[in-house]
Parts: sequence; structure tokens; C-alpha cells
Amino acid sequence: MAVLVYIESENNQFKKSSYEALSYGKAIANNVGEAVCGVVINCSNTESLNAFGADKIININSSDLTDFSSKKYAYAIAEVMKSENANIIILSSSPDSKYLGSFLSGITDASFVSNVVELPESTNPFIVKRTCFTNKAFSSTELTSEIKIISITSNSFGIIENPNNPKTETIDIKVIDSNQKILSMEKETGSVTIADAEIVVSAGRGLKGPENWKMIESLAETLGAATACSKPVSDMGWRPHSEHVVQTGKPVSSNLYIAIGISGAIQHLAGINSSKVKVVINNDPEAPFFKAADYGVVGDAFEVIPSLIEKLKAR
Amino acid sequence: MNILVCISNVPDTTSKINFIENDTSFDTSGVQFVINPNDEFGLTKAVWMKESNKANVTVLTVGDSSVEATLRKCLAIGADKAIRIDCPANDAYSVAKEIEAHCRETNYDLIICGRESIDYNGGLVPGLLAGLLDFNYVTNCVKLEVEGSKATFSREMSGGTEISECQLPLVVGSQKGLVEESDLIIPNMRGIMMARQKPLDVIQAKGINPKTFDKKFSKPEAKSEVKLVKADELDKLIDLLENEAKVI
Ligand SMILES: Cc1cc2nc3c(=O)[nH]c(=O)nc-3n(C[C@H](O)[C@H](O)[C@H](O)COP(=O)(O)OP(=O)(O)OC[C@H]3O[C@@H](n4cnc5c(N)ncnc54)[C@H](O)[C@@H]3O)c2cc1C
Ligand SMILES: Nc1ncnc2c1ncn2[C@@H]1O[C@H](COP(=O)(O)O)[C@@H](O)[C@H]1O
Repeated sequence: MAVLVYIESENNQFKKSSYEALSYGKAIANNVGEAVCGVVINCSNTESLNAFGADKIININSSDLTDFSSKKYAYAIAEVMKSENANIIILSSSPDSKYLGSFLSGITDASFVSNVVELPESTNPFIVKRTCFTNKAFSSTELTSEIKIISITSNSFGIIENPNNPKTETIDIKVIDSNQKILSMEKETGSVTIADAEIVVSAGRGLKGPENWKMIESLAETLGAATACSKPVSDMGWRPHSEHVVQTGKPVSSNLYIAIGISGAIQHLAGINSSKVKVVINNDPEAPFFKAADYGVVGDAFEVIPSLIEKLKAR
Repeated sequence: MNILVCISNVPDTTSKINFIENDTSFDTSGVQFVINPNDEFGLTKAVWMKESNKANVTVLTVGDSSVEATLRKCLAIGADKAIRIDCPANDAYSVAKEIEAHCRETNYDLIICGRESIDYNGGLVPGLLAGLLDFNYVTNCVKLEVEGSKATFSREMSGGTEISECQLPLVVGSQKGLVEESDLIIPNMRGIMMARQKPLDVIQAKGINPKTFDKKFSKPEAKSEVKLVKADELDKLIDLLENEAKVI
């Protein structure tokens, strides 16, 4: 038996959420007394993983897996699950990992629980805590099948160092055929994406118009943050749809969420509940967001933001 | 072309979430149930394809009789036929297995689910279903065109979009973007009248056992009072974020 962690990489680089998944896998493995094995795909340089406790790293090397494919990747990981006799599979919550995870559970007849926020409450029975009702609640969910797949919410567990010297192994796998192929990709360049961001700077209708987003972008840049917006802002075309967060958009689970000129409607709050620390900047002390925030500034965004940028830069 | 749209019946987005029976079940009293928003984008797309692709659109829900109002609404929006698989929706696995069993009896070229439901939020059913049926699969889908047996589609991924193609059959996880909110079809009187004549079949469930169980629900701890910082004392805010919250 083993705990298997799928460690996502892009251009031979790992994301923070991948280290977090491995840290989590190591902690579970300790609890159940099993070894932890990391699996990477077409990633030759895995040295940076040594800090996080894997006993073994398997690199699936195949030119058929150069482009991400949920189906091919899932079948490849399923092979390793078999060969390693893995009963617990850990994934991050990145879009690609969730994409392949549910497919993987379908082909392996496993149970899958997503959006897990803590180590299991107990491992026998196996019970994990997950968010539900768009972050308005948690469920303690029991997984009863032999093979258990879980994906963890980013920034929920954190990265825990646990230096080890894993055995590394490169394997080649017969990849399944698929008639699904990527034609092209459009990458937003330069900016930090909401899903990967540690810090998100988000602004709403209080900003009055798209021309005022310069200071929001500048604040985000100063903090190394991603920019986001409330729904009406993207509906009015002030900002692109990809920036619209929350309930029916993209839930945010950053370490720090700064809301500027956003009132704090229930649907907006639902999407950012799992962010750790929330700061609100609003000129209306009665704005509902103040009830949901950790820190607040009652003030005019057009004065507060430039001054905040200046002070952050002077730090 | 045959399209199946899987509909999840969920609490309206403004609902207060409370639990009863010792926090083991969701309190539905006073809660208004609606078509899961992600599914509604998919349903609208499917209805458009009735014309563009001469498609036949079936909507399906796994659930008890309380979901029938939602299915009728789907018919009023433009679906041709509704199916209810008669059993409680216990978990994503059992729901997907029930839908799989139906799909093995009836051939669908395209199965549209929502990217995720807003109650369970698992985002699991479409992928599970694709895996169980070994169909092609795309989720976070923001564009879809079908020509003959070939589908071309885009999905949102971290930091961009990806355009792909494949042969049908395909399972789609739909979301906003596939159609826009302003495109959503609001049933008119004629649609509602016609919906009454359309078939709503109830079929017997296979009785698949779930693999996951919600043992207990809880709500996030009440927030401690917000710490206010004066607009002319922003150094204090920076200090708190740096040294107390340790997030910058
Ligand atoms: C079914 C449904 C789903 C929805 N889903 C979402 C969703 O997913 N995401 C979402 O965001 N919304 C969603 N909404 C909309 C939501 O209800 C609110 O309308 C929306 O979040 C409000 O956006 P806002 O805070 O930017 O604007 P407003 O509510 O107009 O708030 C603007 C705020 O800016 C402040 N302000 C004004 N001037 C200044 C200034 N100079 N300096 C500082 N502050 C200032 C005001 O005090 C006010 O609090 C949904 C609504 C429905 C009905
Ligand atoms: N009980 C159900 N009956 C039919 N389809 C469902 C049901 N539950 C979920 N789905 C479909 O699966 C999608 C994702 O749901 P979930 O996996 O719960 O996030 C939903 O948007 C629906 O399209």
C-alpha cells in the first residue's frame, strides 16, 4: 500500500500547489504508516521535491504526454496506481488536476472528494473535511471505497518541509490513443492568475469606470498579486470575464484578498470565503463586506490606494 | 444528433445555508430550488443546437419527485423530453453510475453537465461519467461547435484558454461563457404551455451504492470583529498584514 501524489508541473517547473499536495501526502502517509510516492509527467528535474518527504519519485516519460490530456494523463496515473499498489491518491485543486481527477475516479472505480481543507479527521473510517454550498459550509465526508482520491484546496494545508532522499525512477508507459487533440492555446502572459495567486487584489463598482483600474493594477504589481473584480464589473465590460471571481465564477482561495469598492453581496462573499485573510477598503462604513473582513479601511479608494501603493513601495 | 443535459437541482444563490438533524442534513425549509447555474448555460447551448445541429435535447435529473418542477422548467426553456431517475442523489459516484446506466441503453452523442453544482461543488459528475463511459471529456468549457461527428471546443485553464477538437461522443462540463447570462432563455407562456405536453419519464434506479457519505455538516466559525484602520494611518495596515497576519 502507498500514498500516491500526482505532482503537476509546467515546463519542468513545479507550482506551489504541487509542493502543498506532496506535503499533504507525506502527512497522510505518516498517519497511516505507508510510503509516499510522487508521480510526475515528463519532468526530468525533480530535485526541488526532495524537501517534501517523498520516498519515491516516478517520472513518466513519454512523448505522447507532451501536451496535457485529462484522459491520457489519467490512464497513465492509473497504471502507476496499480504498479505502486496505491490506495490513497492526492491531487492539488488546479484546473488540470481536477479535470483529470474526476476522470481518473471514473476509470478506477474509486471515490473522489474534492475541495478538501484539512488532514483527515480520522483514517479508519476515512473522513475528510471539505467545503460545500459555495464555501458557506463544510462537510465531514467519509470515503468507503478501497481506493480514495482527494484533491486539496490550495493554501489550505500549506507547505511543510520534510527533507528526504527519494528514490527516483523514470518509466515509459504505453499511452492510450485518443482522438482528442489540442489545436491551440492562448496564454495570458505576464500576469499572475487568480487560481495560483497568493494575493488577490479585487475591485468593484466603487471604482466608477474601467479607466480607474491603473491604480488597482499598480497595487497588484507592487504586491505580486493577481487582479480580480466583482460580477457587475465584468458584466459591464470594464474588465475581462476571466477576472470575475466567485459563486458562479472562480472561487478564490488566496492567502490575502483585498476588496476595493466592493459592497460584499452574499454571492460575492461565497466565492472568497476560503481566502485566509480579507481586507476591505470602502467609503461606506455600513458596507456588508466589513462584517466578513479581517481588516478594514473606511475611506475613499481614490485616496487610499495611491497612498497605500506609495507606502508599500517605500517599505 | 442526441444531446443529454444533466440537471442538478440546487438552492438558489441567495439561500441561507442551515443544517438540521444534528447537522447531518441540509435544511430545505424556505429554500427555493433552481436549475444549477452552470447547467443552465449548457441547457441554453443545447437548445440552440436544436436548430443549428438538428439536435434532440433530453434533460435528466437523478432525484426524488421534488425535482420535477425544475425539469418542467427545462422543458419550458426548450428541451424536448425530460427523464427523472427515481432515487435520492446520494453522492457524485452513484449519480454518475445511474446516468451511465441510462446512457448505455440510449445513445447520446453529446452529454452536457455543469462544471460543478453550487451545492455539492464537487465538479465530479461530468468527469466520472466520461471515465465510466470512456467518452471524450472537456470541462470549464467556454465554447463548443459540433459539425457532423466532430466537436471543437475551448476550455478555460489557469492563465488562458485551450482550443481542442475530438470525435463525438463527448461529455462537456459547461459554465458561463458557453453562452452568456444575457442569452439565458426565460420561459414564455407558450413554452410553459408546451412543456405540459412534453414527456417527463420516471425511470427506475439501478440502486447503486454511494462511495462517499456526508457524516456531518458545519459552518465556518463566526468571524471575529473586523480591525479598522484609519485612512490616514495606512502604515498600521501594512504592519498588521506583515506582522500579525503574516501575508505580505
Ligand atoms: C444569481 C446571482 C448571482 C450573482 N453572482 C455573483 C457573483 O458570482 N459575483 C459577484 O461579485 N456578484 C454576484 N452577484 C451580484 C451581487 O449580488 C452584487 O450585485 C455584486 O457583487 C455587487 O458588486 P459591487 O460590490 O462591485 O458593486 P456595488 O454593490 O455597487 O458596491 C460598490 C461598493 O463600492 C463602494 N464605493 C463607492 N465609491 C467608493 C470609493 N470612492 N471608494 C471606496 N469605495 C467606494 C460603495 O460603498 C459600495 O459598497 C450575483 C447576483 C445574483 C442575483
Ligand atoms: N442529481 C443529479 N442529477 C443529474 N445531474 C447531476 C446531478 N448532480 C450533479 N449533476 C450534474 O453534474 C454536474 C456537476 O455536479 P457536481 O459533481 O455535484 O459538482 C452538475 O452541474 C450536473 O450537470
